[in-house]
Amino acid sequence: MKLPIYLDYSATTPVDPRVAAKMIPYLTEHFGNPASRSHAYGWEAEKAVEEAREHVAALINADPKEIVWTSGATEGDNLAIKGAAQFYKGKGKHIITQKTEHKAVLDTCRELERQGFEVTYLDPEQNGIIDLDKFRAAIRPDTIVVSIMFVNNEIGVIQPVAEIGEICRSKGIIFHCDAVQAAGKLGIDVQKLKLDLLAMTAHKMYGPKGIGALYIRRKPRVRIEAQIHGGGHERGMRSGTLPTHQIVGFGEAARLAKLEMATDNERIRALRDRLLNGVKELEEVYVNGDLERRIPGNLNVSFNFVEGESLIMAIKDIAVSSGSACTSASLEPSYVLRALGRSDELAHSSIRFTLGKYTTAEEIDYAVDLLKRKVNRLRELSPLWEMYKDGVDLNSVQWAAH
Amino acid sequence: MAYSEKVIEHYENPRNVGSFDKGDDSVGTGMVGAPACGDVMKLQIRVNDAGIIEDARFKTYGCGSAIASSSLVTEWVKGKSLNEAEEIKNTQIAEELALPPVKIHCSILAEDAIKAAIIDYRKKHGLEQPAEQPACKAA
Repeated sequence: MKLPIYLDYSATTPVDPRVAAKMIPYLTEHFGNPASRSHAYGWEAEKAVEEAREHVAALINADPKEIVWTSGATEGDNLAIKGAAQFYKGKGKHIITQKTEHKAVLDTCRELERQGFEVTYLDPEQNGIIDLDKFRAAIRPDTIVVSIMFVNNEIGVIQPVAEIGEICRSKGIIFHCDAVQAAGKLGIDVQKLKLDLLAMTAHKMYGPKGIGALYIRRKPRVRIEAQIHGGGHERGMRSGTLPTHQIVGFGEAARLAKLEMATDNERIRALRDRLLNGVKELEEVYVNGDLERRIPGNLNVSFNFVEGESLIMAIKDIAVSSGSACTSASLEPSYVLRALGRSDELAHSSIRFTLGKYTTAEEIDYAVDLLKRKVNRLRELSPLWEMYKDGVDLNSVQWAAH
Repeated sequence: MAYSEKVIEHYENPRNVGSFDKGDDSVGTGMVGAPACGDVMKLQIRVNDAGIIEDARFKTYGCGSAIASSSLVTEWVKGKSLNEAEEIKNTQIAEELALPPVKIHCSILAEDAIKAAIIDYRKKHGLEQPAEQPACKAA
């Protein structure tokens, strides 16, 4: 068993060796520029790019013509939200999103606010999922774009994308969905879901970093304004020489995901439940976000009375991420957990475990044993744990903020 | 983030973990920080009749640097008079543990914890308090 055990698959995944093998010839032998129309090097590169486009389109049941390559999902989210807002600004200036979106969406919306757009940031419910009535109530006559993610990156909860799509379509609002944590993990069918734009990235589905795709619906046609100019690649929507090897890798990763997703998910879910049952043997452990409406590979839990950063330090044999961004100077707990209404203490004590297709039962058992020992040790060190055991209500204590 | 060797050493082998009886007359207790801020330190000193800190205990909820800072000061205060212990500065703690700028607040909290424990002890004994200092800065 290799240490540290990798349980951070939502941050990134290793490249599947089958994907890497497929990519290599496109670095060395078939190195042509897919935009070169005058010779065989260009033609073979273009053929590989188009094959990959078919695989990525097939993963979400789209038409290949609806797929635009990007450098990743951050660019995809920027292109979708800014592109749609700027194209449809004649119709209105209001955008709706939610507080638990990824920063790629939130920071893009902030930028649009600086450009004169108005943005509503919805609060999700305590389980992390958006309330459709509150969503409907936020819609204004001048709402032009809605951006709601498919699956949350921290807590793994699945948003009611189909229902949001119905509502948006009926009101003529463009619906963008950041599907980074969903693509390759959940079956996505854009023919059934009334999505207009959807961003994906390869490196969360065992493909390489640095390549993503934006789905842009053709029927009914969705228009966006390009954000990168220079050469008119990707039908003018995203200029720049296509990285053939990355695209080939994304295509292969998407093809494999479509084939193997169901069996992988079953295994991953069983391991996730094994992890949950293991840590639940400790007292005062809280699952963050809805446990049922959640992707199989995510478990986000708070170990009450233990601070997240010191816990991560104690469990350095497992590679996980903390909900608390204590490493930044801000000392802010996770904004996602805060938006769920979690107390600061619980938000500070959270750990995100994300499992993937290479996770083993042996690794999970090792992680559970380590967690139990280290949480108990840190609780012995914790004045809050001592007070809790003495029956002190921590909310009744007058703390001196610092 | 990378921790210094000294932080890791104290974190792995914290000194003087535990609690004294708060009600004991020879004990001074300082509790500083807030769960909402991500760190709470409880520092206790046991003072003998000669006014010398004989022993110390701590419990800390916080990051590795906060645990190391409090562990370190329990060692430093031992054998010191109250006045000497009061002289311990956060900069000395930060320097000893090679804390990065984002972790300086941990050393400030440890200094505040010593002061709070001393104030508590003096209050119990009706001793005069030197110029009062706030245990924590306002948020």
